[in-house]
Amino acid sequence: MNAPIREVTASSRLAIVDCDIHPAFRTPKDLHPFLPERWRDHMDTFGEHLRHGLSGQLPYPRMTAAGMRGDAFPQEGPPGSDLALMRSQHLDANGVEFGMLMPLSRSGMEERNLDYAAALSHAVNEWQLETWIKPEPRLRAGIVVPQEDAAFAVKEIERRADNPAFVQILISPRSSDPLGHRRYWPIYAAAERANRPIALHVQGYSGGHASTASGWPTYYLQEHYAMTGNMQSTVTSMVFEGVFERFPELRVVLVEGGFAWAPSLCWRMDKHWERLRKETPRAKRRPSEYVREHFWFTTQPIEEPDDPQHLAHIIEWLGWDRLMFSTDYPHWDFDDPQHVFKFKVADENKALVFRDNAKALYGPR
Amino acid sequence: MSRQVVARAGDIAPGTCKIVSVRGREIGIFNLDGEYFALANRCPHAGGPLCRGRVGPLVLSDGPGRYRLTREQKFLRCPWHGWEYDIRSGQSWCDPKSVRARQFQVMVETGSSLVKGPYVAETFPVLVEEDYLVVEVTASAAS
Amino acid sequence: MKLPFRGAIDCDLHPAMPRARALLPYLDEYWRDQIVDRHIDRYSFILTSYPPNSPLSARPDWRFPTGAPGGDLDMIRRQALDPFGTRFAICNMLHGAVALFNEDMAAALCRAANDWVAKELLDREPRLRASIIVPLHNPEAAIAEIERVAADRRFVQVLLFVMGEILLGRRIFWPIYAAAEKLELAIGIHAGGTYHHAPTAAGWPSHRVEDYVAQSAAFEGQLLSLLSEGVFQKFSRLKIVLIESGLTWLPHLLWRTNKTWRGVRPEVPWIDRPPADVIREQVRVTLQPIDVPAGEAQILARTLEHIGSDRMLLFSTDYPHWHFDGEDALPDGLSWETIRRLAIDNPLDTFPRLREGAQMSDSVAGHEENVR
Repeated sequence: MNAPIREVTASSRLAIVDCDIHPAFRTPKDLHPFLPERWRDHMDTFGEHLRHGLSGQLPYPRMTAAGMRGDAFPQEGPPGSDLALMRSQHLDANGVEFGMLMPLSRSGMEERNLDYAAALSHAVNEWQLETWIKPEPRLRAGIVVPQEDAAFAVKEIERRADNPAFVQILISPRSSDPLGHRRYWPIYAAAERANRPIALHVQGYSGGHASTASGWPTYYLQEHYAMTGNMQSTVTSMVFEGVFERFPELRVVLVEGGFAWAPSLCWRMDKHWERLRKETPRAKRRPSEYVREHFWFTTQPIEEPDDPQHLAHIIEWLGWDRLMFSTDYPHWDFDDPQHVFKFKVADENKALVFRDNAKALYGPR
Repeated sequence: MSRQVVARAGDIAPGTCKIVSVRGREIGIFNLDGEYFALANRCPHAGGPLCRGRVGPLVLSDGPGRYRLTREQKFLRCPWHGWEYDIRSGQSWCDPKSVRARQFQVMVETGSSLVKGPYVAETFPVLVEEDYLVVEVTASAAS
Repeated sequence: MKLPFRGAIDCDLHPAMPRARALLPYLDEYWRDQIVDRHIDRYSFILTSYPPNSPLSARPDWRFPTGAPGGDLDMIRRQALDPFGTRFAICNMLHGAVALFNEDMAAALCRAANDWVAKELLDREPRLRASIIVPLHNPEAAIAEIERVAADRRFVQVLLFVMGEILLGRRIFWPIYAAAEKLELAIGIHAGGTYHHAPTAAGWPSHRVEDYVAQSAAFEGQLLSLLSEGVFQKFSRLKIVLIESGLTWLPHLLWRTNKTWRGVRPEVPWIDRPPADVIREQVRVTLQPIDVPAGEAQILARTLEHIGSDRMLLFSTDYPHWHFDGEDALPDGLSWETIRRLAIDNPLDTFPRLREGAQMSDSVAGHEENVR
């Protein structure tokens, strides 16, 4: 009845790259050393100003332990805030050679006050360096910038571009306009100049639009799923607005959005582009070609068909070169590298997904 | 077959679990109202530390918007993806409709007629010998 | 490829919208007065989703120098019914009244449109059947209209839009589903909508093609809503038909929803078996526009294998929208048995009202003899 779970010894384990690790603050005041006094005061007095109704908590409450792995709680602070625990239970235990940091909260990406957003983004970037990168050579940071303030975003990217610890640029796909819109193009220009990919991590809220085209879901079961719709329309927007014609070197990583939807999206885009091409002259080539050349997908949360071979079909269509392994440590829907594929994967494809695609994308930094 | 003393009978409070190592395997010993059950501390779904999960009731429903809990507190939720297991049998529980129909009498039996979820957590017999709890592990189970 | 036999049931046909002026005889005196005095009779209530001159909105050989595509019953017979050997075609009127904010005006126009369909289309062409259109501002009013029109057994479905104001699984809509289930009407959810929300979670795309591609995510959101809220548990005989939705996105939804449900089950404990099983039983999907790349038989075969049910597909032309050329309404690579299911068996199972009447036995017994 069960699929066998292979025990893998430490020596036979592949050194892997984890493209999605979430560092957390022990307390919000962890950011204070990196904020000017005016903004420390603002944080303490007014705090974040977000486009949803609850202060300091999510309107779609998560399931087990606020959406965390039940075994990832350190003695003090929330999951993901303790480097020692992250090392022992994840980086060491799973043979992580490189781990990409994805700060989620208080990052400025979703902040309505753009002056505060700028201060937060700068502070979170400093915090990543000081708290995570300095003590742990396996970790890599992302330049977090508020996508709604392109001018500031460009400056922050340029400020960080010379530091190889920053391997990518993080913005929210849950933006106020779809990310292909020309208001975001200065950010892509800066990304090209800095030779860094853009990484889009799924977000629960941000730009103020309902998570579905017909309004707000009721349950977390729905909200969790709706993230994939956001990813799909983000890809569609970037393709049809001609972002990749204008920025042919731009690379985009879609993080934690799943990937089994991607071949279907490519077929839909191709089919309707055929019929409606006159509308979008800036998309000069078939949409699926842009996807094959410019998008990467992290694997978690990996889809689990009843017949595991069906997922092999999907990856065959998408390409083994498009996938990069991720765990989403310390969240509940964590993918363990030993158990993530439930069908036999050829060694060369394992090497691509668990390590080589990421190393090629992020370079020898 | 290997038998190993893993704890004293009084060590494990009712409703709790103690994780022990037997022949290099981690096993969780559960005390459910004075009866002992043992499960491998590895979720058959994706390898998570199953026995570190919450022991509690199963959530059932008589229809949308209605919620109730079973009286029996003998279900385990894996601390990773939250899959639910019957501690007594190790059976994963994704569709309790059959449970509702049978009022849990069937739970005491081997349950061959129940609609089962797709996975079974590995179980081991636990014997109470005087004051000690003994777990039996077969040689092949170590692989 | 063409249909290999006659007698197919076309589950998505779009006769042209009657101009508001044509609806005047079907309105009461207050609305006649208002529609004329406010010059509303000069409008056609065309939804944003289908601009008339867009290539998608009509195939070139289905357009004429004057008149709207599908605006003439003879045109519909010659172009949409005769060439396909259609036994029945279900008319889905994409009437923009539902996008108005005034619920009374929307309701009045929908009533008039339903009456117009019965008189101008169903009375004149025995192969036609129809969906009841209703605005959703006020579920009680919607139910009243459904019950009124459902007395005419040629109406087989209630038509809703995939991009509305409130997700369709929500409990406020349940009395509508109760009425539909009782009256043996399917609930049809059609692409397009009222644009009372941005079409994506990141706002408003610049282009129509982006909106059209985004329809599939809208369908996914609606399916998750119906499932999560327990509509399938509460109304176990109800059939939900996704119209003009595509289908290659469905396997991913089934897989991901099953997986997530196993972990969040206590949030929605009325879902007592795998979501994929529930959806396979109660949800149907019309064929056009099929979003499998043309000529890719292996992709089609694998997609159907991934979907895991031969009961879900319903034949449709989506006339006059341009999704195929000539009479090649079917993708290559389907077995005769699969075609029979999607063209005849599945529609009859989904729309029980189609089975009524002596005409039906002709069709069921006769189709075998009418193989082309």
